[in-house]
Amino acid sequence: MVDAAAIQQKTGAQPVESTFRDNRRWVVAAEHVYAVLQCLRDDHGFDMLVDITAVDYLETPDAADRYGVVYPLLNTDTGERLIVKTFVNDPDPELPTVTPLWRGANWMEREVYDMFGIRFAGHPDPRRILMPDEFVDFPLRKDYPLKGRGERHNFPVITRAES
Amino acid sequence: MPLTLADTLPADAPEQEYLWTLNFGPQHPATHTTLRLILTLDGEKVVDALPHIGYLHSGFEKLGEHLDFNQYVTIVDRMNYLSPLANEISWHHAVEKLLGIELTPRCKYVRTILAELMRLHDHLLNIGAVALDLGAFTAFLYAFEQRERIYDIVEYASGQRFHTSYTRVGGALFDVNEAWVERIRTFVKEFPQTHAEVHRLLTRNRIFIDRMKGIGMLSKEDAISFSATGPMARASGVVRDLRKDEPYLAYPDLDFQVICSDGCDCYARYLVRMQEMLESLKIIEQGIENIPAGPINLDVVSDQVLPAKPSVYRSIEGLIQHFEVLMPNRGFEVPHEEIYAATESPNGELGFYIVGNGTPRAYRARTRPPSYIHFAMFPHMIRGHQLSDVVAVLGSLNVIAAELDR
Repeated sequence: MVDAAAIQQKTGAQPVESTFRDNRRWVVAAEHVYAVLQCLRDDHGFDMLVDITAVDYLETPDAADRYGVVYPLLNTDTGERLIVKTFVNDPDPELPTVTPLWRGANWMEREVYDMFGIRFAGHPDPRRILMPDEFVDFPLRKDYPLKGRGERHNFPVITRAES
Repeated sequence: MPLTLADTLPADAPEQEYLWTLNFGPQHPATHTTLRLILTLDGEKVVDALPHIGYLHSGFEKLGEHLDFNQYVTIVDRMNYLSPLANEISWHHAVEKLLGIELTPRCKYVRTILAELMRLHDHLLNIGAVALDLGAFTAFLYAFEQRERIYDIVEYASGQRFHTSYTRVGGALFDVNEAWVERIRTFVKEFPQTHAEVHRLLTRNRIFIDRMKGIGMLSKEDAISFSATGPMARASGVVRDLRKDEPYLAYPDLDFQVICSDGCDCYARYLVRMQEMLESLKIIEQGIENIPAGPINLDVVSDQVLPAKPSVYRSIEGLIQHFEVLMPNRGFEVPHEEIYAATESPNGELGFYIVGNGTPRAYRARTRPPSYIHFAMFPHMIRGHQLSDVVAVLGSLNVIAAELDR
């Protein structure tokens, strides 16, 4: 079981630990997140990045920060899991990319950018992935309506004569 | 978006004038659904591949924020449509973990049996489709014949063949009966014969081996670094199966083995899937003979499960209970918490990250889709292979576009 004190000594981050059911979570500041993840991978055997996802806390009344970015980690030898979480804010939500640590992070970060507009500094391929390239909004943000902003109605249609 | 040649080439590509660009998909039989690959070819050798996805993106995660925990099951169904029930079980596994619900023993067994039937369902199609793409049509038909039997079983339990929407928070839509168990008994008896037939057709088939062996290599380190799970990871020597490592439902009671291989290629993935089917059959066999008696749903007093339909129609208490659960201001007591919970779906670790905010709708319903994560490895696996290997690698990844794009 990885100890928060060891991480604090190594990286200077101060992880705030909480537990819910069997999920163990650390909240770390955005400037420390890369160092913490690197330390967890190199020194504590968390060799698999299970997922990267984000949550928009716009509609949560007592939330201090706008976006939470979540990194569930897994140690494939011991089966230990740990969820590292950090917060970023408008107007410039940005985090360092973790693609140097895990190659699988590439598409996960692209999806988070695509859906939430959180940029990952140093990402090798920072394009949209699911939405079309010319799309301007970020659909999973809470201020984006479920029915969209009329993209469907204004979608360019190519007629047979033009094709 | 029109693509220029420069987009698809690695920056240091030598002798660009010899390279061809081939657009593979989105409407190609071997992509199975809609995904698009921009292949850069040197003769018949694939220099690079650039996947373009998003053709089936339909905002499932956004819908998950607007539908309640029971309604969203219909959407979850449509993600990986080769194993719809496995998705439902995974979704409700996560919801029940968030709500702190412990299922009844009978429900655990029924869900376990259905989850394993879905594993057979998925692996049969995968193996059949890989064989079909490589030119072996017969195995595909044999596999589909058994899939029909599974459809029949699922239809008997839920009334739907494909998108079953069978599970509910704290239970299931209907209870199962002895006739259903009898159907599965028949299936368990008949299935090994088909399995053996497919095995005889493919496993030692010279053409099949030539097309699969040594193709799409994925080393153990790469599998972990790319977050591979399920048969993909196990065929690369990662000994990991959530059914054993983080037991859920009735798996702790049942005897089965985790199938691994250190072959790391498409053929190893085929063998792992073939063997896993026999293990699933073993689980089903044990499961149906040991289904506990008792109710399938939680006690209705718990205020969290829908009452049985007959009691809704025939008694005032049942009707009241029904409304108690369905009215938006009643029903579930959802903690203001976040949870990640995963199950071993046929394709790999299918996880859900749910944020609860006190209402019966998820504030955020993130899916960890194994297809999406596996497809990210595709360019790495195909580089340096022949054009004809694209379909073999694509088949062994078992990419389901509906889950890929959600």
